[in-house]
Amino acid sequence: MNPVYDLKREVEKPARLTGGHRLCAGCGAGIVVSGVLRALNEEDRAVVTNATSCLEVSTFMYPYTAYTDSFIHSAFENAAATCSGVEAAYNALKRRGKVDGTVKFITFGGDGGTYDIGFQSLSGAMERGHDMVYVCYDNEAYMNTGIQRSSSTPHFSRTTTTPVGSVRQGKIQNKKDLTEILVSHNIPYAAQSAPLGNLKDLHMKANKAIYTEGPCFLNVLSPCPRGWDYPMAKLPEIVRLAVDTCVWPLFEVEEGVWRLTYTPKKKLPVEDFLRMQGRFAHMFRKGNEWMLEEAQQYVDKKWERLLERTEA
Amino acid sequence: MSICLSGNEAVAYAMKQINPDVMGAFPITPSTEIPEYFAQYVANGEVNTEYVTVESEHSSMSVCIAAEAAGARSVSATSSCGLALMYEMLYVAASNRLPITLACVNRALSGPININNDHSDSMGARDAGWIQIYAENNQEAYDNFIMAMPVGENVRLPVMSCMDGFITSHAVENIELLETDAVRAFVGEYKPENFLLKKENPLAVGPYDISAYYMEHKVQQAEAMKAAKTRILEVAAEFEKLSGRQYGLFEEYQMEDAELAVVLIGSSAGTAKAAVNELREKGVKAGIIKVRVFRPFPGEELAKVLAKTKAVAVMDKSEGFSANGGPLFAETRSALYDLRERPYLIDIVYGLGGRDLKTEDVEKIFARLAEVASTGKTGDVYSHMGQRRRGQDESGL
Repeated sequence: MNPVYDLKREVEKPARLTGGHRLCAGCGAGIVVSGVLRALNEEDRAVVTNATSCLEVSTFMYPYTAYTDSFIHSAFENAAATCSGVEAAYNALKRRGKVDGTVKFITFGGDGGTYDIGFQSLSGAMERGHDMVYVCYDNEAYMNTGIQRSSSTPHFSRTTTTPVGSVRQGKIQNKKDLTEILVSHNIPYAAQSAPLGNLKDLHMKANKAIYTEGPCFLNVLSPCPRGWDYPMAKLPEIVRLAVDTCVWPLFEVEEGVWRLTYTPKKKLPVEDFLRMQGRFAHMFRKGNEWMLEEAQQYVDKKWERLLERTEA
Repeated sequence: MSICLSGNEAVAYAMKQINPDVMGAFPITPSTEIPEYFAQYVANGEVNTEYVTVESEHSSMSVCIAAEAAGARSVSATSSCGLALMYEMLYVAASNRLPITLACVNRALSGPININNDHSDSMGARDAGWIQIYAENNQEAYDNFIMAMPVGENVRLPVMSCMDGFITSHAVENIELLETDAVRAFVGEYKPENFLLKKENPLAVGPYDISAYYMEHKVQQAEAMKAAKTRILEVAAEFEKLSGRQYGLFEEYQMEDAELAVVLIGSSAGTAKAAVNELREKGVKAGIIKVRVFRPFPGEELAKVLAKTKAVAVMDKSEGFSANGGPLFAETRSALYDLRERPYLIDIVYGLGGRDLKTEDVEKIFARLAEVASTGKTGDVYSHMGQRRRGQDESGL
């Protein structure tokens, strides 16, 4: 692992996700993917796996690939199984002297492909113990099909399948806590990160995940300007507010030991995060004050539980 | 070497002799024994395959796809609902041109749930782009599996090697095994030109393919399927040199002078041959065509043989719900269309969910064919056989 993080040195490395892909300006996914791939040692090869997603259709449209490493996509719900198949092939061919050198296996899936339809495949791969990293770039809805709710979509959020009307306003349920579920798989390393500031948090966690033997999981918040409805230049600010309001805390769980990796200097009210995004606009209407209160209470409760775990 | 083996063990033994790089394993009746036997080979160190015990058939096919793309020879086994759960991935395997070998132990599809044999599972996957080869008995199940890789890897298409659930998979028969060295030499090494783990040249697999390219890719796939016919025969000829056992796209039984013929797939051929033997003794010019290769479909070859007959019954062991006959019938009738003079043709759907077929049943079909041939009246072109009807207890013929 790199002893000291140096953003300048990192960005000067040859890009493994090259420019010219078709992701939107202001999208978190491209930053997350390049951030994770930069954490590979330069001399190591990788095979990247994708679930069907915005990321997949934007980075590998025939006949162009944005990846310098080998890449495979096969379907929406099987990214983890696909990655485990590549890893299995590597083990078999290495044993038979047909491949040499270090190859790392990294999977990217959106929240739809990870929390929902790909959940079984992910759980299976983690349980089997393949030497791989699964990275969920969590943009909190099915963005590739046009912003439908997933089990990762937060309470009250407006999506095209949880619209705002006179009887219902946004999503009824809370967000599934996937990171916690992955921790319960007793994998060696699970962490929550975000493309924050100079990307140090993401880099360090990705590096640890890639070079820890066994199945590792990263859940990375990945804002989407179309689905979250924010001006694209506001991406860094949104990420900053997600962590400073404790809506998206940054932590890691290494061999079962929980550790906070970022504590806000001043914990900001959840409203500050919600206000910047059109998907929560209805929460600020007169008569909907209860929504803001509930959202705050939910975040506080989760944060306190996390503090108990990380301080124990 | 002559030995007593069930169909499942024969296929598992072929897998052991091949020693594939990766196996995706998930249990489902009646194919479960294949991964069970193989697990024991792994546990005993008799193979050094990466044995991946996945959490679903969807994942076992996904593992095979990824492993094959990565440069590893991959196999799996499944049946019925397991194959149905794989359907999406079957298309991905074929369109990515990955020559995976899948042992399909044919079983009825739900619902209602039924564990016995018919062909509805693999027939449902007939348009997925896989080569489909069907066995009549344990020997053929073993032989077909060994021939699958030299076929699939040459034309770069996956191969489904099918046998009838329980009837073939669980019945124990005396079969001839090849020496392991001979099998390995026959199957050879898997040497793809490009693969994910190739150091010199990274590969990207599974693109988003827009309409400017998609059709070209599909036509290439279709061409590969056409080319598979020749390759299957080449491999069969090589295999005959090795084993003395002869295989074609289909088997003709008593067809030289046959006026009445039955076309069918799989283990029922044994029953039908017994019926033909009895009928021949009575002077009936009866014959059987057992379709071995359903994909690619040997349409021209079949038409040539059937052109000489007067009446033909196609026996479908799956109900396609087309309201126009089963899948084997649709293919056969289409193949006969180009003949100047065609035999009369009827379709009989039989054996669904494991309902038995007896020699008497086949004899009844030939009796009906004799009537069709003499009167020129086919009656119901598409009918079912062997089911009870309200208020009567007849065979349905």
